[in-house]
Amino acid sequence: MARVSLDGIRKVYGSTEVIKGVDIDIADGEFCVFVGPSGCGKSTLLRMIAGLEDISGGTLTIGERVVNDLPPKDRSIAMVFQSYAIFPHMTVRENLAFGLTIAKAPKAEKDAKVAEAARILKMEHLLERRPSQLSGGQRQRVAIGRAIVRHPGVFLFDEPLSNLDAALRVDMRMELAKLHADLGATMIYVTHDQVEAMTLADKIVVLDAGVVQQIGSPLDLYHRPANLFVAGFIGSPKMNLLEARVEGVDATSVKLASADLGTLVLPRANAAVSRGDEVVVGLRPHHLGTSGSQQIGGKVKLVERLGNETLAALTLASGQQLIAALPGDVDVSIGEDLRLAPQPERASLFLSSGAAVN
Amino acid sequence: MATIASDNRGLRLAVRYAVLILIAVIFIFPLIFMVMSSFKPDQQLLNDTGSFAAFLPVGDISLDNYADAFKRAPVGLFIFNSVLVTGVTVLLSLLLCSAAAFAFVFVDWRGRELVLTAILATLIVPFETIAIPLLLIASKLPWIGLEGLTFGWLNSYQVQIVPFIADGLTIFLFVQYFKDLPGELIEAARVEGASWGQVYRKVVMPLAGPVLATAAILKFLVMYNQYLWPLMVVQQEGYRPVMVGLQYFFQLNRAWGEIMAYLSLITVPVLAFYLFLQRAFIASIASTGVKG
Repeated sequence: MARVSLDGIRKVYGSTEVIKGVDIDIADGEFCVFVGPSGCGKSTLLRMIAGLEDISGGTLTIGERVVNDLPPKDRSIAMVFQSYAIFPHMTVRENLAFGLTIAKAPKAEKDAKVAEAARILKMEHLLERRPSQLSGGQRQRVAIGRAIVRHPGVFLFDEPLSNLDAALRVDMRMELAKLHADLGATMIYVTHDQVEAMTLADKIVVLDAGVVQQIGSPLDLYHRPANLFVAGFIGSPKMNLLEARVEGVDATSVKLASADLGTLVLPRANAAVSRGDEVVVGLRPHHLGTSGSQQIGGKVKLVERLGNETLAALTLASGQQLIAALPGDVDVSIGEDLRLAPQPERASLFLSSGAAVN
Repeated sequence: MATIASDNRGLRLAVRYAVLILIAVIFIFPLIFMVMSSFKPDQQLLNDTGSFAAFLPVGDISLDNYADAFKRAPVGLFIFNSVLVTGVTVLLSLLLCSAAAFAFVFVDWRGRELVLTAILATLIVPFETIAIPLLLIASKLPWIGLEGLTFGWLNSYQVQIVPFIADGLTIFLFVQYFKDLPGELIEAARVEGASWGQVYRKVVMPLAGPVLATAAILKFLVMYNQYLWPLMVVQQEGYRPVMVGLQYFFQLNRAWGEIMAYLSLITVPVLAFYLFLQRAFIASIASTGVKG
């Protein structure tokens, strides 16, 4: 177990800077998820922690040691890859024991640790099989087992579930959460799937274009996104973002107005905006209802019935799209005019520059 | 509809087999002709060439040609020399070229693209153009052997082996194959603590079965068929390989029966090697057929 600290970490390929000075502190035993769209640098960051990519600038500390120039094997890490990367010519047992074999561990120790990993992952019966005789989920288990066997300080996961089908992904997600609870090890997990990030993480790091957008707990990010990027990225369906103008500010509230919203008063203490500012209001689809002050109106363009809830996509007067998550059995159909009530106390407010207003 | 479909399938299968059999026949008939002729006296051999009898063991059949071939030339010695030179070259070549390709594909070092390009450029240089300079170099190289330090490699096994261990084609084959191996396998091994040497021995080479078989077969054929180079560098009978030995049968009275007997004998190691590797080839494909 170990804490991991990234201090001003940079990565430069030729003249292109892909990681632009990242500072992250991951506590001992924490489950930290790097999330962001494709190409945001999250995998590069993980590979730099693993030692598979050189660090162009900054300091990387694992445990108490600066590991910038140490090879992967000396960093006390184990990594699980997206493609599993288990050795096809070895049995499951040989795969699990690979690191110990390389380290010339005594056979008794090897057997004990392999047995322990197999027990934790419930794959004792698979030990003599070859990877070609395993299903995708079993292969991923072997890859995780290989990491467990080494008792690393830090587990690194690079999109480990993205090659699995949807049902299996949910199962494995729960198993990973349980594994983290059982082992209590520090885990760093990269994914582009924000549901994985929300469900697994103690701490989420949202990255975009090589820059940290926000670090926080899943609910922090959900309820208090630091900027428009995080607001749009975290939460499914995405947060609705509507432009508005500040009509008035006082010590406890901000009064907004726009064609789509009419007049909306957000309860905000000492909001750092002034009358006349152009702002963006963020309304979560789940915070829109049909009861209360139904001041947002639009024509229903699409209805998706998921059983437990119904997603309705509306086109507002300005032409903008709005998505509302309504109760599963709500009576709504395509083409009808629907009026919705926002919950002002749960709305987010952003400056037109993208930054959140306190 | 079902009948028509199955008829079509049967017909297609029949046509496919017919074509395959035809191709097999085209390839195997020269071999049959060679072996059958090796049992026939010259007069009958030449008479039979105009008819199908050339491919059948008919007429005056005997092993006389084999006995005469052994009398005329040290056939066993030639085959031994060729198998030794070829075998050692193939083994060393697989080791050295795969290690070189490993360094080109997996290890990051300055200038590797340039060096690889230079090596691949040697593919377009015909051996004949470098044969004379190579001969000059080989004739002056030092060697530490049983007699101590000597100069000049002519009339030896090493002069037939060393120049052919590293070659662009074999390195190219390995490079292409290694590039297709999933990079994450190598990274996983590195993270697990494997050194480059261990990655090479424990991960990459066990997965290299198909390319090893291919490279071995190609190298074997080139080495076993060596003619020009041994002719230049070997003047003593003791080190001569099979192809140079073939000359013995074209001097003085040319005996076709003996030539066919000699050719049949020297073909045996090639066929044996090929059949052996074919099995290894199929086995290696079967064991590495893993989908990601």
